[in-house]
Amino acid sequence: MLARRLIPCLDVRDGRVVKGVQFRNHVDMGDIIELAQRYRDEGADEIVFYDITASSDGRTVSTEWVTRVAKVIDIPFCVAGGIRSLDDARKLLHSGADKVSLNSPAIENPALLGELAAEFGSQCVVVGIDSRAENGDYFVKQFTGDPTKTRGTRWRTVDWAREAQKLGAGEVVLNCMNQDGERKGYDLAQLKLVRAVLTIPLVASGGAGAPEHFRDVFRDAGVDAALAASVFHSGAIPIPKLKQYLATEGVIVRP
Amino acid sequence: MLAIVDSGGANIASVRFALERLGVQSELTADLAVIRAAARVILPGVGSAPEGMKRLQAKGLVDCVRGLKQPVLGICLGMQLLFDSSAEGEIASLGLVPGRVALLPQSPGITVPHMGWNTLDLKRPSPLLRGFDAATRFYFVHSFAGPVNEFTLASCEHGTAFAAVVQRGNFSGVQFHPERSGAAGAQLLKNFLEMPA
Repeated sequence: MLARRLIPCLDVRDGRVVKGVQFRNHVDMGDIIELAQRYRDEGADEIVFYDITASSDGRTVSTEWVTRVAKVIDIPFCVAGGIRSLDDARKLLHSGADKVSLNSPAIENPALLGELAAEFGSQCVVVGIDSRAENGDYFVKQFTGDPTKTRGTRWRTVDWAREAQKLGAGEVVLNCMNQDGERKGYDLAQLKLVRAVLTIPLVASGGAGAPEHFRDVFRDAGVDAALAASVFHSGAIPIPKLKQYLATEGVIVRP
Repeated sequence: MLAIVDSGGANIASVRFALERLGVQSELTADLAVIRAAARVILPGVGSAPEGMKRLQAKGLVDCVRGLKQPVLGICLGMQLLFDSSAEGEIASLGLVPGRVALLPQSPGITVPHMGWNTLDLKRPSPLLRGFDAATRFYFVHSFAGPVNEFTLASCEHGTAFAAVVQRGNFSGVQFHPERSGAAGAQLLKNFLEMPA
């Protein structure tokens, strides 16, 4: 049976891994290759590299470090940040990335998702959604890497997730902004809502703080994968121990 | 020399890097003579079956691949193209393994694409499967898959059983990505490199 995936997310800024709370106050966490290798050795099922300022700076992910990662890493990895054309995606996939994740550019040009799926297959087209709870509903936000540039969109989160799937996305990463960096648990209610409208894999993001949070998001929200950053980077939750715990709780994981 | 067929698709670099990690040099090539002369050939591929076949046709590689006598390993789409045909785009493919590639059925709790680490149901012993058991996990990412039949060395289950490892004569194929399947994937590539020609 397919294992639930644990995915460390490395926020990249100027070629280094950084971490902030609610996307602010970034601190240096280390070298990309070193951290990628550490997670590979610890049993991460996949790694996401997110160039947090590429989109708001109007550039795309650098292929230079993507190739370096592809050479040393033998688990799948996804890159995100400012990918806004077929050509951007092609360069990254040819450099060795397994998937590309689109966020703001997909909102600005939804047709791009279909073009990417036709060219490379939907299995490598991931849509990242930054979503915030407002007035009893959930809404998609844009340019969240830089708080001064963050803005709302016309999309309800559930509608955008459904539309992205229809257009050709092969996976959705739902980042629940109210929870991000707070370590109080994933937003189960929101994830359940989005899970219900998708037939493609859903990755939970934002809020992991304890092993129970991972159990709950797999068991209660039915997500395919859980993404986290700070609890993995700080060593607060070592992946091998987390996998042992999840296995005893009946969650199927890759040992 | 090991040749990786340059079918022009994405993600070909990963296969070459995986071989480098095993200390094996390979040549990414669409040159018919180089491919025919290679000791072993890998047919990689990511993307859609119609695009994959179109690229092979455009480079004149269809008859070349069909006529190879040395060990050949298809990976992911490369494996799917070994079958007779694919429901993806309703195309005829290489016809080296009988069967038609079909879309995996989606249902509640079974998401498609099939994405992640799954186990194999080992059906027939083969040097290609040396070192693996029912607990070994490989990384899959695909929406279409080939049927289980007499040429299936190992199947996998995701909503339905499908061919995860096939072999017919000198042609083998794996639906998962050995280059992205950690230590197990490296072992699979090693097994292929050491298979008797």
